[in-house]
Amino acid sequence: MPEVTIETYQQPNAKGYFGSYGGKFVPETLIPALVELEAAYKEAELDASFQHEYLRLLHEYVGRPTELSYANRLTEHYGKAKIYLKREDLCHTGAHKINNAIGQILLAQRMGKKRIIAETGAGQHGVATATACAKFGIECVVYMGAEDMVRQKLNVDRMRLMGAEVRSVESGSKTLKDATNEAIRDWVTNVEDTFYIIGSVVGPHPYPMMVRNFHRIIGDETKKQLFELEQRLPDYVVACVGGGSNAMGIFYPFINDPVTIIGVEAGGLGVDTNQTAATLTKGKPGVLHGSMSYLLHDEEGQIELAHSISAGLDYPGIGPEHAHLFDTKRVSYHAVTDAQALEGVRLLSRLEGIIPALETAHAFAWLEELMPTTKKDEIVVVNCSGRGDKDMTTISAYI
Amino acid sequence: MMNRIQQTFAKTEDHKCMSLFITAGFPTIEDTVELVLGFEKNGADIIELGIPFSDPLADGPTIQYSSNLAISNGITMNKIFDMVKQIRSQSEIPLVLMGYINPMLRYGLTSFFEKAQEVGVDGLIVPDLPLDEGHMIHDLATTHGINIINLIAPNTTNERMQLADQQSSGFVYCVSVTGVTGARDGSEVQKSVDQFIERSKEHITNNPIMVGFGIKSYEDACNISKNVEGYIVGSALIENIKEHFPKPEWKSEIFDFVHRLKFGYSRGGTRRLTKGSISLKTDI
Ligand SMILES: Cc1ncc(COP(=O)(O)O)c(C=O)c1O
Repeated sequence: MPEVTIETYQQPNAKGYFGSYGGKFVPETLIPALVELEAAYKEAELDASFQHEYLRLLHEYVGRPTELSYANRLTEHYGKAKIYLKREDLCHTGAHKINNAIGQILLAQRMGKKRIIAETGAGQHGVATATACAKFGIECVVYMGAEDMVRQKLNVDRMRLMGAEVRSVESGSKTLKDATNEAIRDWVTNVEDTFYIIGSVVGPHPYPMMVRNFHRIIGDETKKQLFELEQRLPDYVVACVGGGSNAMGIFYPFINDPVTIIGVEAGGLGVDTNQTAATLTKGKPGVLHGSMSYLLHDEEGQIELAHSISAGLDYPGIGPEHAHLFDTKRVSYHAVTDAQALEGVRLLSRLEGIIPALETAHAFAWLEELMPTTKKDEIVVVNCSGRGDKDMTTISAYI
Repeated sequence: MMNRIQQTFAKTEDHKCMSLFITAGFPTIEDTVELVLGFEKNGADIIELGIPFSDPLADGPTIQYSSNLAISNGITMNKIFDMVKQIRSQSEIPLVLMGYINPMLRYGLTSFFEKAQEVGVDGLIVPDLPLDEGHMIHDLATTHGINIINLIAPNTTNERMQLADQQSSGFVYCVSVTGVTGARDGSEVQKSVDQFIERSKEHITNNPIMVGFGIKSYEDACNISKNVEGYIVGSALIENIKEHFPKPEWKSEIFDFVHRLKFGYSRGGTRRLTKGSISLKTDI
C-alpha cells in the first residue's frame, strides 16, 4: 500500500482564506453584496435544480463535455510520455471562460439582479459574459483596457454584436488591472441591482472559491475521460496561469491524487526583466482587487505594470488559491517567455492542427522542459484552455 | 488621556468639525506641509493625509488623478512620515493618514505603526480594510496609540454599524452615498443621506460621526452635517487645487476656498448669516 502523503485538501476556510491568502479586502459598501452573494451561492450549490440547470446549459449550449484528445503527433515529436489535450477550445465562444459565466449568470438571475458587469483582458471573459447575457436577455457592461481593445479588436466586435456595452478604460496601464478597478468602482456605485461576474479565481471571497467550483468540471471530466481511455490517473497535469481559472478548474479535482501539477505563468520578455507577468516567480504577497495573494509591486507597494504578449495573462496578480498551492509546494509554477509561447503556438498548429490561444500556448511551451524528463509509460494532460482565432493579428506579426 | 482627535471634538462642541483630505505629494511634494498648515489657519479642524496608491478602487477620477500625480512626483511612505513630522513641529492639528492596505503591508505593519506613532500621527483610515479584516491592524494600532476610523455606508446593516462603533476610536466615517469618492450634485447626496444619518446616530453611540463623500460647498456641508459632529471634504478641494495650480497666488485661492468651506464667506469678508449656520450648535 502506498503511503498517502497528501492531506485531504479543504480550502478556503469560512473567512475565505486559502492558508494565509484570500479574504475580503473591499470597501464597506461591498460587504453587504458579498454577504448576499455568499449566502445565495451556498444555497444554489446545494440546490439540485440549480445544478441541473447549470449542467444542462453546459451541455446544450456550451457543448460539454469537451473532448480529451490524444495528441499523437505531439507525443511522437517528444518521444516520451503520452500527451492528452483537454479541449476547452471547443467550448462555445472558444475558451473555458464560458463555464464560469454561465454559472454566475444563473446565480445573478436567482438573486434577481438586473444588470451585469464584467472586466476583461483578452476579451474571452467579456465575450463569454456578453454571450450569457444575450442568452438570458440581461443588460451587460464590459470594462476593457483601451490597450487591450486594440490588440483584441475581434473580441470587442463580438461583444458589441451580442449587445454588450464595452467601456474603454483609460486609467493606469489601460489593461486588465485597470479594467478590474473600473468594474469594482461601478459595482460600489450600483451595488443594489448589479451583479459583478468576475472572470477568474481572483477578487474577494467568495469569488475565488465560486469561480473555481464553476470550472472544476474541466478536471472532473478529465479524470473520468482518462479513466475510460487509460484506466488510470495522469502523471502530470499542466495549465497556463493568468488569474488562474482554467488552471484551478483542471487542478482542483486532482489535488488529493498522486499527480504532479504544473502551472505556467507568462514570463513576458523574461523573468529577469521588468517586462513580465510572472507573479509567483517574481512577486511578493500583497493585496490587490479584494484579496491577499502574490503581486508584482515595487518597494512602496505600488502595483507594477505586467507585460505579456497574451492579454489574458497580462495581469500583476494571481488567484489566492494559487498563492497557497505555491507556498505549500503542492503545485509547481514556472514561467515561459513571449517567444517561447509563440513557438508553442507554431508547434501545436503544425503538429495537431489546433491553433491555441496565446495564453494556452504558454502551457504547451513548458512541454519543451517537461517532456524530456518524462517516461514513455507516463501520461501528461495539458489544458487546452482556448483557441487562437482572437490572437491572429498578434500571431501574424511573427510568422 | 485624550488624544488630539478627541480633544478636537471636545473643543469644537459649539461648531462643526471640518476635516480636509489632501493627497500627500499633490500637487508637489514640497507643497504638502504648507498647504496643511494653511488649511488649519483657515478653519480645518482635522487633516486627512492621503497615502497615494496606484490602484485606488474606492476613489473616483479626482483622487485617482492626484494619487497618480503624487506617485510620479516620487512620493514614498518615508516622505509622508517626514511631512507629518514637519507639520507636527509647527502644529497640534489632528493628523489622520488615509490609505490602502498594500503600501502599509509592503512597508511592514509593525514598522508602519512604530513610525506613525513616532512622527505624531493620530489616526488611520484604510478604505479597503473592512471590519472583517480589521484584526490585522487592531492590536498594533492600540499599542501605538493610533485611532482606527472605520467607514460605514448607506447599505451597512445596523449590526455592522454597532461593530464599526466598537472597533473605531476618534470618530466613525459615514460615507454619504454608495459609490466612489468625488464631488457630486448636492441634492443627489442630500436625498438619501438624512435617513442614513438618522440610523447611524441610533447605532453609533461611542464615537462622533463625520460625514463625507460628495461635499463640495459650505451649503452642502451645512445640509449634510446638520445632525452630526462634522464633515469631510476631499475631492472638491483637490479639484480646486487642480484648477488653480500653478497660477501665481494659487495657494491663496485655495486657502480662500477652505475658508469659505468652513465659514461660508471669504477671508477678510463679512459674515453672511445663513439659516442653520454651520458654526452654530444644532440639535446634536
Ligand atoms: C484561452 C485563455 N486561457 C487562459 C486565460 C487566462 O485566465 P485564467 O488564468 O483565469 O484561466 C485566458 C484569459 O483571458 C484565456 O482567454
